[in-house]
Amino acid sequence: MTTWLALIGATLIAASGLLALCVRRGPQLADRAAAASLAAGAVTALAGSVLALWNGGDSLLFEAGFPGGDLRLGLDALSALFLLPVAVLTAACGTYALAYFPAAAHPREAARLRVSFGLSSGGMILVLLARHSLVFLAGWEIMAIAAFFAVTADDRDAEVRDAGFLYLVSTRASTLCLVALFALHRVATGSFDLVPIGAGAVPPAIQSALFVLALTGFGLKAGLVPLHYWLPPAHAAAPTHVSALLSGVLIKVGIYGIVRVVSLVPDTPPWWGESLLVIGVVSAVLGVAFALAQHDVKRLLAYHSVENIGIIAIGLGAALIARAAGHWQTAALALAGSLLHVANHALFKGLLFLGAGAVVQRTGTRSLDALGGIANAMPVTALLFLVGAVSIVGLPPLNGFVSEFLVYSGLLRVAIAADGGPWLLAALAAPALALVGGLALASFAKVVGSVFLGAPRHASRVEGGDAPGPMLAPMAGLAATCAAIGIAPFALAPALAAACAVALGRPEAPLAAPFGALSLVALATLALCALLALALRARLRRAPLAAGLTWDCGYAAPSARMQYSASSFAEPLVRAFSFALLPRTRAPRLAAVFPGSGAFHSEVVDAVLDRLLVPAARAFADAAGRLRALQRGSVHAYLLYVWLALFALLAVTGMSR
Amino acid sequence: MTASDVVLAIAIPLLFPPLMLGVVTRTKARLAGRRGPPLLQPYYDLLRLLRKGVVRSRTTSWVFLAGPVVGLVTACLAAAIVPLGANGALLSFPGDLIAFAYLLGLGRFFTIAAALDTGSAFEGMGASREAAFSCLAEPAAFFALLVLVKLSGAYSLGSMLGPDLPDLWARGAPSLGLASVSLFVVLLAENSRMPFDDPTTHLELTMIHEVMVLDHSGPPFALILYGSAIKLFAYGLLLARVATPFHVEGAALGAGVALCELLGIAVLIGVVESVMARLRLLRVPSLLVGASLLGAFGVLLLVG
Repeated sequence: MTTWLALIGATLIAASGLLALCVRRGPQLADRAAAASLAAGAVTALAGSVLALWNGGDSLLFEAGFPGGDLRLGLDALSALFLLPVAVLTAACGTYALAYFPAAAHPREAARLRVSFGLSSGGMILVLLARHSLVFLAGWEIMAIAAFFAVTADDRDAEVRDAGFLYLVSTRASTLCLVALFALHRVATGSFDLVPIGAGAVPPAIQSALFVLALTGFGLKAGLVPLHYWLPPAHAAAPTHVSALLSGVLIKVGIYGIVRVVSLVPDTPPWWGESLLVIGVVSAVLGVAFALAQHDVKRLLAYHSVENIGIIAIGLGAALIARAAGHWQTAALALAGSLLHVANHALFKGLLFLGAGAVVQRTGTRSLDALGGIANAMPVTALLFLVGAVSIVGLPPLNGFVSEFLVYSGLLRVAIAADGGPWLLAALAAPALALVGGLALASFAKVVGSVFLGAPRHASRVEGGDAPGPMLAPMAGLAATCAAIGIAPFALAPALAAACAVALGRPEAPLAAPFGALSLVALATLALCALLALALRARLRRAPLAAGLTWDCGYAAPSARMQYSASSFAEPLVRAFSFALLPRTRAPRLAAVFPGSGAFHSEVVDAVLDRLLVPAARAFADAAGRLRALQRGSVHAYLLYVWLALFALLAVTGMSR
Repeated sequence: MTASDVVLAIAIPLLFPPLMLGVVTRTKARLAGRRGPPLLQPYYDLLRLLRKGVVRSRTTSWVFLAGPVVGLVTACLAAAIVPLGANGALLSFPGDLIAFAYLLGLGRFFTIAAALDTGSAFEGMGASREAAFSCLAEPAAFFALLVLVKLSGAYSLGSMLGPDLPDLWARGAPSLGLASVSLFVVLLAENSRMPFDDPTTHLELTMIHEVMVLDHSGPPFALILYGSAIKLFAYGLLLARVATPFHVEGAALGAGVALCELLGIAVLIGVVESVMARLRLLRVPSLLVGASLLGAFGVLLLVG
């Protein structure tokens, strides 16, 4: 029943764009048909997922007459937990697109974007439902290729084409790893069905190869450093509701893959967890450091996805370390944090991208240094964006705090329980996570401050007031969900425990977390703030309230250009991290007492992509180019090659006799 | 906790903190050969500010007033998490130390946002520095707390700093000593004291926290001052508990000892501020990284 519901939901979602193609009576109606189909599919899938979390889910078998064997689909608690954010964000982004990307304004791209958006989202659900390698790969390819067409919706822009190409190359590489992964799994289990590998069924070397392939293939999709390089360009280039879907859920399917593979190998060695922990820490720290240095709001949000994927990987790593040592409660705590962060990140990152999209649509720029003071013109968007920002920084009383709290708790318990190497790693991960939290706080203070607060800068002319209803409503829904999870995290506890039990391969893995106390902290914060705000308002009503200029040290003609910009705000931290960020700056030389006019320029490019991959690819292309000398175009030369090859083969076989 | 304990645990963090600021000022004055203002001057200042009117910049929005409100509330809640001597804390649960750090983080986020709301170059500068330095102070604090977590095998402040504290000192004195030093550096940084920040300077360019709240006046400014006093109290209470290798039974006695220790910390801050100059801003990160390293050494000493 639950699997059927999810499958019907996936079909409705995947067919939404095709359905819209059949609507011939005006672009607006086609838009609405697509959005309605997406919403109906999302609700159906959501119902299936809630039912599966409630009573454990079920599976379906389709008998097939080909060598791969019967095709199996299923929805267990782990899949259902990942399905929740996919369904929610699909519906939210679909609704948002009504006003953000209407077919009337984009006649050329709209139909293609609707088809690829629906297929990509439907493909994700198929991946989550797959219990058979070939079905998994089919869903994976539908998701990945459709996402390519969604990212490159605006393909007249060279930047978009480049980003799309980069994405396409990385998703091919990822699929290559997955094919090898499933082939190895077939060797280990003798079946295409995704069934657990028995203890001692395969030699440790094959097990290690399985993990490395999963980490590379799924890590490329998830955006773990150093495999994150495709993510910022693709997120910046895509239409905003596509960025929200990519960042919110598509990269989480990579995390799902890692968790699923881990659940298939019950006896993992501790180094699996340790390497995930290290990769997670590196991703989180570098992701947030790169985010701080960005001037483009969408690239900044994309780098924060790298950071949050890092936090998810830290929780996963701690859980695996604890599982290898047999500390089930600790493993469940860390894993619950990691899985909850998956859902939370989908909610608040979706909210932030949709908010940023509203700002970009109204002002026409993505540059943080050009915006400012928009809160007055777009008060609702500003408030909702602020909610998203507080959530993503992981501050109480919102949902990000709950999941980060669980990850911290898991780390601290690993640190207490284990000795030697793993404990030291976990112990070092906790302060690293604190550093990440501080940097994320600085980064979002920068975004909120430079876009919404302060005095308007040159590009801050907002045309048309606050965002329209179809854009605000999904954002409000996401913000309300963020608040609800922050205030009442205990409501999700049974679902998390069920998903952890599946992922750890241990039905009775208990989840002991102080959800009641977290709820109390959140409620106390909200209630006390409300009370104090009311008291202050009453006091200010009685006091003389004067409006004046901002204090400017007595300077007589302040202007908006004098206020601290986003770049200047982040400068101390960018300098502190310059060893990894390698910022490029161009500054004029100040020669005389009254120097002439000059311009300062600074930018931070992606260290992995621009300093490592591009030069390496270029060097490889150069080396390969030298081989071209062999291509003479003359039949005589080729005959010579054939003769030489034959001679070499004969010589080799002759010698081996 | 009995009813009277709860009343004490609520009343002390609300009434006592400004006195610490008075003691700091008086210590500095005495060491400089002056007599100094009355010990209760911070209370008079708060009352005077509460009676005053408010001037608001025309560029600001509601966020400007949310800063002081959230700052005060989060400081109070953070103070409620730290145990007051033998009484235990008002709010205690496994992992409450994370809530302590993140509640103060929420206050900082809104203070920074309120500063950026003014659109002033000075306040942006202060906000930027506060964000940068607190990033580096947080790992230092977590390293220090990790020492306690590993030694005590618990991760709630109530059990870490409970009756077993003398025993922890007996087992891991070097690590706890390093953690105490590291926590003291964090206390100075987070509460914008010398050598990180000079709250008494009169040049906006050199201030950090003070320049962030430059545009606040009247009651909202009183909330900010009160909130920062409570924040100092919370950090001081934590440090006092970690750094003292003894435990006093009895609620009232324990609270009395804790308050005496807090006054001692206030005197210590006054002495540090009298004998040190403010660091160059470029040097501040080095000191904070140094504090993190001390904590890390404390953790390493416990391995093996």
